[in-house]
Amino acid sequence: MAISKDEIFEKVQAILVEALGVDEDEVTPEAKIEADLGAESIDYLDILFHFEKEFGLKIDQAELRPEAVLSNEEYVKDGKITDAGMAKLKEEMPFADFSSLDASRDVEDFSDIFTVQVLVNFVEAKLAEQG
Amino acid sequence: MRWIWIDRIVEHEPGKKLVTVKNVSAAEEVVHDHFPAEGDLGPEPVMPNPLIVEGMAQTAGILVGHTGRFKEKVVLAKIKSATFHAAARPGMTLRHTATLLNFGTAGGSTAGVTELIDPHTGAVTPLAEIDLMFSHVDHNMAGLDFPEENFVFTGTLTAVFAGLEPMPESPA
Repeated sequence: MAISKDEIFEKVQAILVEALGVDEDEVTPEAKIEADLGAESIDYLDILFHFEKEFGLKIDQAELRPEAVLSNEEYVKDGKITDAGMAKLKEEMPFADFSSLDASRDVEDFSDIFTVQVLVNFVEAKLAEQG
Repeated sequence: MRWIWIDRIVEHEPGKKLVTVKNVSAAEEVVHDHFPAEGDLGPEPVMPNPLIVEGMAQTAGILVGHTGRFKEKVVLAKIKSATFHAAARPGMTLRHTATLLNFGTAGGSTAGVTELIDPHTGAVTPLAEIDLMFSHVDHNMAGLDFPEENFVFTGTLTAVFAGLEPMPESPA
């Protein structure tokens, strides 16, 4: 039987509590991994290692955070993400919600994409693909 | 100069586990002022816990580096947790056992147990659990330039490599 979205959330929540040293009640679906939960770039690696173990997945860090897009001059100009850049991000990150980034286009706001809910969506998509 | 906080590799299962030992000595300057006498209290020479974490990081870092055939620059990225139960005094031996939990192109993570061995009685007591994360810098610092040579596994650190098993055929 496939794992439910609630079960994925509970497991992701427990992983973030351990990896980031935050309280369970802070890990809400809307919480931003960096701005709200204090994650730094290296924590993504830790979180992905936990995902691999907990859900039996094989994950490349670039699947969650396609950083190469943001260092490509075609996709980012003067700190703003271009139309082509937004299209590329949406193609590579179908699990994410881009509504706020669509408005600001500021590359500095990219990290705000990563909410707890987006991580849950990511795991769900990977499970559908590999499970 | 590099501070080496492990003396010898005593056991190595490539891609899985590395065990090192470190003898704590009263001659080491770090224990002289840690902790000094104060008021009615006499001096209490104890090896500082951060240096015990460094010893575990060197142990686990060599394990991670060896797993990647020393092609990557392995740096300590995060102390996930470090819990201490006792103090390491001169005359005792530390035994660091690092176990590889994860390994990938971006880095690796390890679980570590440090024990205190009394070389006179042979008694072994738990000292600490130290879980670490390592990053392969060239993979995770896009845009920053690092020297070509592997500055992590060089010089004095390689002096303890005698206990290592041969290189694995391919990364685990």
